[in-house]
Amino acid sequence: MNISNSSKIAIKALGNNKMRCFLTMLGVIIGVGAVIAMLAIGQGSKNSIKAQISEMGSNMIMIMPGAERRGGVRQSSEDMQTLKPADYDAIVSQATMIDRITPMVSSSGQWVNGNNNYPSQAQGVNTQFLDIRQRKVADGEMFTEADVKTAAKVCVLGKTLVNNLFPDGTDPIGKIVRFGSIPLTVIGVLDEKGYNTMGQDQDDMALVPYTTVMKRMLAIDYIQGLQASAIDENQTDATIAEITNILRESHKLRPEQEDNFTIRSMQELAEMISSTSSMMTVLLAAVAGISLLVGGIGIMNIMIVSVTERTREIGLRMSIGATGRDIMTQFLIEAVIISVTGGILGILLGGVATWMIKIIANWPVQIDPFSVILSFVVCTVIGIVFGFYPAAKASNLDPIEAIRYE
Amino acid sequence: MAKEIIKVENLKRHFKVGEETVKALRGVSFTIYEGEFVTIMGTSGSGKSTLLNTLGCLDTPTSGEYFLDGIPVKGMNKNERARIRNRKIGFIFQNYNLLPKTTALENVELPLLYNPAVSAKERAERAEKCLREVGLSERLYHKSNQMSGGQQQRVAIARALVNNPVIILADEATGNLDTRTSFSILTLFQRLYREGKTIIFVTHNPEIALYSSRNIMLRDGHIVSDQYNNDIKSAEEVFRSLPVETE
Repeated sequence: MNISNSSKIAIKALGNNKMRCFLTMLGVIIGVGAVIAMLAIGQGSKNSIKAQISEMGSNMIMIMPGAERRGGVRQSSEDMQTLKPADYDAIVSQATMIDRITPMVSSSGQWVNGNNNYPSQAQGVNTQFLDIRQRKVADGEMFTEADVKTAAKVCVLGKTLVNNLFPDGTDPIGKIVRFGSIPLTVIGVLDEKGYNTMGQDQDDMALVPYTTVMKRMLAIDYIQGLQASAIDENQTDATIAEITNILRESHKLRPEQEDNFTIRSMQELAEMISSTSSMMTVLLAAVAGISLLVGGIGIMNIMIVSVTERTREIGLRMSIGATGRDIMTQFLIEAVIISVTGGILGILLGGVATWMIKIIANWPVQIDPFSVILSFVVCTVIGIVFGFYPAAKASNLDPIEAIRYE
Repeated sequence: MAKEIIKVENLKRHFKVGEETVKALRGVSFTIYEGEFVTIMGTSGSGKSTLLNTLGCLDTPTSGEYFLDGIPVKGMNKNERARIRNRKIGFIFQNYNLLPKTTALENVELPLLYNPAVSAKERAERAEKCLREVGLSERLYHKSNQMSGGQQQRVAIARALVNNPVIILADEATGNLDTRTSFSILTLFQRLYREGKTIIFVTHNPEIALYSSRNIMLRDGHIVSDQYNNDIKSAEEVFRSLPVETE
């Protein structure tokens, strides 16, 4: 008997038990649908993290004071004061692989404009900060090198601050606001960015010359960190090595001494975040995969019942000339039809579910064609694997006994 | 001399049931020629089912020889026996054994599905022809569960004819039917006999022997009598004489 005849027989047999057939399929449908949707969510969130990070600048490098420490040892405040403006100058004059660099110092406090006030930070940076973070000044202008040198009392506000300090919508440019007790002239407003992946409001930001923060607000002689951008984002490791050398020299560290600063690249951060998200995806997919497995067991169960129930039919087929192989083929095809049809419907269900997640929950999702192919292959394999035992059982029946089976 | 369709020589079949050996057939020999209508008769336990299974190539004898259409069946493996059943034998069972929820035509086509040499078109044509022969030309697309017992058995007979077998093996083919329907089925068998078909009809009902051309009696695994019937009664006459049952 050829495959086409076997398939006809199998389809006919399944058609005789539509409800049961559908319920069996349902296990596979839900399993595959879940796998597709979970992988789509995982892939989508990974993509969105990647996009966010490259938006923030995938060539960004952060330099922090203090040795990299993990675990319980608390760092003394002295350790946190290892980066000085001299280090910044050393990097600026010596580094070859750095495009832009800015010192970072920030002070927390209350921004006040008349009756309105808002708790936030004053972010002390230099003029290159905008390029590193890929931000722009939407209104007014950024402060200048001269403002940095003179520790000018000027600021550039983010949209959130503008909205809170000037709720009536007056143009903030040229107005004087206070940060704590220090009056600052608003010279610019940053472009609006909204929330990032980590849920931070990127508009809750006020830029002030770093010298102003150091001298006028905090009265410190050290900086809290540096942010830089590498010329080539594929060379971040080399860039980090270069900065490390410059800083070690500037700090006069002997070879056996540990670094008293830490350098991180955005790429490292990206890898960290996306590895977390990959792990979540794998977990979700594993749970969904288990439901697919349960679906497969459902197929095996129903096929065993079907073989028992159709013992007489099998006996008849054998006595009119079906070989064990014919019977085996028939039942295997039945199992594969259930699993593959279930798989196709499951892919559709997964697609619909993904679409609904996108519409209702507004999550970033993306169906990977690979996951579709994978589910399809897995379904076929499940059909064969779980159909094999019942099919073998059917093909080994003795026709004499089978035909008289009650 | 007519062609030898079935030839068995000193056929023995022993079963092991626990410690004991049950000797179902203890040396059976006979030859059936083309065009004979043979009834094989015996009470339960006489070995007639075992004999039928052996003749139908479902079972292999413990010892002795069996030639079907000149081909030695003994020593054939499972697949070879499946093939010979498909090409040479037409089975008819007591409980019809039609596929449920399946049309008469599809039921009759079934044996040809297992013969790759027959195309789908030829399959349908041959099945339709056989159904017409058994008087069911009006019911080709009726499903098996929409038909009476007599009609179902006719479908089963058509199924047994569709592969042009050298031998038709009927196992208590009228056992589940009422008297009148039984005789209509017997009439059909007699017609097939007149058309030259070779038929073996296994039954425990001695009356049926009156309508066949030869009767073999089995008891305890031996043949106790093997007689030709020179005065074959007409099943059709009996069928006509029986009143049509009305409500």
